[in-house]
Amino acid sequence: MRLEPRPSSSMAATLLWPAGAILATILLSSLLVMIAGASPFTVFWLVVKGAAGSQFALLETFTRATPLIFTGLAVAVAFRARLWNIGAEAQLYLGAVMTVVLGTGAVALPSAGLIPVIMIAAMLTGALTLLGPAILKTRFGVDEVVTTLLLNFIVLLFVSMLLEGPLKDPTGMGWPQSKRMIADAQLPRLIKGKRLHFGFVLAVVSALIVWVIMKKTTLGYEMRAVGHNAEAARFAGIPVNRVIAKTALLSGGLAALAGFSEVAGLKGNLTLDLSPGYGYTGIVVAMLAMLNPLGVIVAAIFVAGIFVGADAMSRSANVPSYIAQVMVAISLLTMVAAIMLMRYRVRWR
Amino acid sequence: MSEALEILFTASFWVAAIRIASPLIFATMGELICERAGVLNLGIEGIMVAGAFSGWFTVYMGGDLWTGVLVAAMTGAMFGLLHGFLTVPLGLSQHVTGIGVTLLASSLTYFSYRILLPEVTSPPKIEPFQPFAVPLLSDIPVLGPALFNQTPLTYLAYFTVAAVALVFYRTPLGVAVRAVGENPAAVEAQGISVTALRIGAVMAGSALMAIGGAFLTMSAFNSFFFEMINGRGWIAIALVVFGSWRPGKALIGAILFAAFDAYQVRLQQITGGVIPYQIFLMMPFVLSIVALVVVARRATYPKALMIPYQKGER
Repeated sequence: MRLEPRPSSSMAATLLWPAGAILATILLSSLLVMIAGASPFTVFWLVVKGAAGSQFALLETFTRATPLIFTGLAVAVAFRARLWNIGAEAQLYLGAVMTVVLGTGAVALPSAGLIPVIMIAAMLTGALTLLGPAILKTRFGVDEVVTTLLLNFIVLLFVSMLLEGPLKDPTGMGWPQSKRMIADAQLPRLIKGKRLHFGFVLAVVSALIVWVIMKKTTLGYEMRAVGHNAEAARFAGIPVNRVIAKTALLSGGLAALAGFSEVAGLKGNLTLDLSPGYGYTGIVVAMLAMLNPLGVIVAAIFVAGIFVGADAMSRSANVPSYIAQVMVAISLLTMVAAIMLMRYRVRWR
Repeated sequence: MSEALEILFTASFWVAAIRIASPLIFATMGELICERAGVLNLGIEGIMVAGAFSGWFTVYMGGDLWTGVLVAAMTGAMFGLLHGFLTVPLGLSQHVTGIGVTLLASSLTYFSYRILLPEVTSPPKIEPFQPFAVPLLSDIPVLGPALFNQTPLTYLAYFTVAAVALVFYRTPLGVAVRAVGENPAAVEAQGISVTALRIGAVMAGSALMAIGGAFLTMSAFNSFFFEMINGRGWIAIALVVFGSWRPGKALIGAILFAAFDAYQVRLQQITGGVIPYQIFLMMPFVLSIVALVVVARRATYPKALMIPYQKGER
C-alpha cells in the first residue's frame, strides 16, 4: 500500500475521518467495558451524565478542562514548530512552585497587583524550564524529547525536596505540602460556592491570544515555517534557532500557567499530586485539536468530560475509572491516523 | 571519604549494579533494534509496564516463570505491531504515536490490574527467578559473583546483547535491518519489503522492552506496582544515543549507568540524611542528560531515523 496526497482537501474526508476516529474509540472502549462485565450503553450513559448531566457535572468538567487548555496550548504551540515538548508536566510544576513562593505571603501587594505579578513570574519560570532543552537542541543537537521527558522526573523530585524542606507547611501535620496561598493571591471563583475559578477565563483568553499569535503575527508565521520545513525556513532567512527559542518560551510559559491556575484558583496550596499527568494529557488535547489553539478549548473540555464522567461512572458501575485514560489514549492514536487519512488517500497496489 | 571509595571494591555493590543494569540492557537493546531500523519507539515506557504486569500475572495465575517471560515478550510484540503499523505504512509521527502507545499500554495495564485483581489492597507476590551461581566462573573474586551469581534472566540479557551484535554484523538479516535504517530505497531495490522489515524490527525490539519490564516483577522484585518502571524506558532511549546505536557500547553504557545508580543508593546511606534523598534519586536522570550532551556532537544517527518511507519515492 502507499499514500497519495489528496489533490484538494475533500469536505467529506475532513468530516468523516475524525468522526470515524471517535466512533472507533467508542467501539474499542465498549469492548473493554464488556470485558469488565458491564453494559457499554449503561456505562457511556453514566459517563455522559457524570460529565454534563447537571450544573455540578458541567462546572466540574470546565474546572478539569482548565489546566488541560493550558497544557494543550503549550503542546500545540511547540509541536507546530516541531519542538517536541513532552515536558509540560515539569513546566507546570515549576510554575506552581513559583506561585506558592510568591503567593504565600512573601510579596505584599493588593490583589489586583499581586495576581499579575505571580502569574508573570510563574510564566517566566516555565518558559526558562523549556528554554534549557531548546538550547541543548539548537546548540548541541540533543534531542529535546528525551531531555524534556527526563526533566519531568528531575522536577518532580525537586518539588518533593522543596515540599519536605524549605516550602514545607509547618502546620501541615508532617504532610509534604506547601503553606496556603494568602487570600489576595488567590483567583476568584466564577460562581460563589462552586469550584470553577477565574483560571478558566484565563485559559480561554490565552487560547484566543495564542490563536492571534499563530495566525496574525510574524512569529506565528515563522513558527509554522520552521515546523513545516526547517531547512527551507533557514534558506528563506528565518532565524530558525531564535524562533525555536521563542517557541520554547511561549510553550513553557503556557504550561506553567496550568500550575499557576491550579494552585491559585483551585487547590490553594502545592502538593506532589497537583497534576495527574496534565502535561502528558496536553499532548492528546493538542493532537485532538489538530494543533489549532481554538480547537484546544473544545478538545480539553471533551477530554476533561471523559475523566470527570468516568470518575462518576466508576462510583456506581463496577468499571475502573482507568477506562478514561484508555479512552484518551485510543482517541489520540485513532485521531492521528484520521488526520493522516484526511490528507492522504491509501492506494493498494 | 575512604568509606565512599571502599564501596567500589565490594562484591555486593557490583552484584547490585548488574541487577539494576539487567532490565536496562533488555530495554536498550530493544530500542536500539527499532532505531537501527529507522523507527523511534517512544512506546518503550508503556511497553515495559505492560511486560512487567503480563509476565508477573501469568506466573501469579500458576504459569511457569519462563512462560511468563514468553507472555511478556508476546505482549510487547503486540504493542510493537501497533506502533509499527501506525508509523511504517501509515507514516504517522513517530513521536506522537510513541507517546500514544505508552499512554495506551500503561493505562490498559492499570485497567487490567483493577479488573483482574479487584479485591487486593497490597500487591500479591509470586516466587521469582532465583540467583543461579555458574560453576567456576562465579568463584572469580568480585567480578565472579557480580556477573555469574545472578538470576537466569540476567544471563538472558547477556545472551541478548551477543545475539543482537551477531545478527546485526554477521547475518544478511542484520545487514538488511541496518540498511533499512540508513537507506530504505536501496533495500527496496533489492526486492526486500521495507515495511515488513521495519515492522518486524519494531516487534522484536518491543518484545525485548517488555522482557525488561518483566525482569522487575519476576527477578528484581516479586510483585507488580504502579509506576514501577519509573522512567527506565526514557533512560534506555538516552542509553541508545550514548552507545552510538552499537550493542556493545550500549551494554557498557547500561552497566556504567547502573553502577552509578547502585552507588548513589549506598552513598545515600553513608551521608546519613545530610543531603536530601531526592538529590540522589535525581542523579540518574541528570546523568542521562549530561551523557547526551557529551556525546551529541559526535552522534551519528541512523540516517533514515524518523523518516517514513514511501515506495517509489526518494
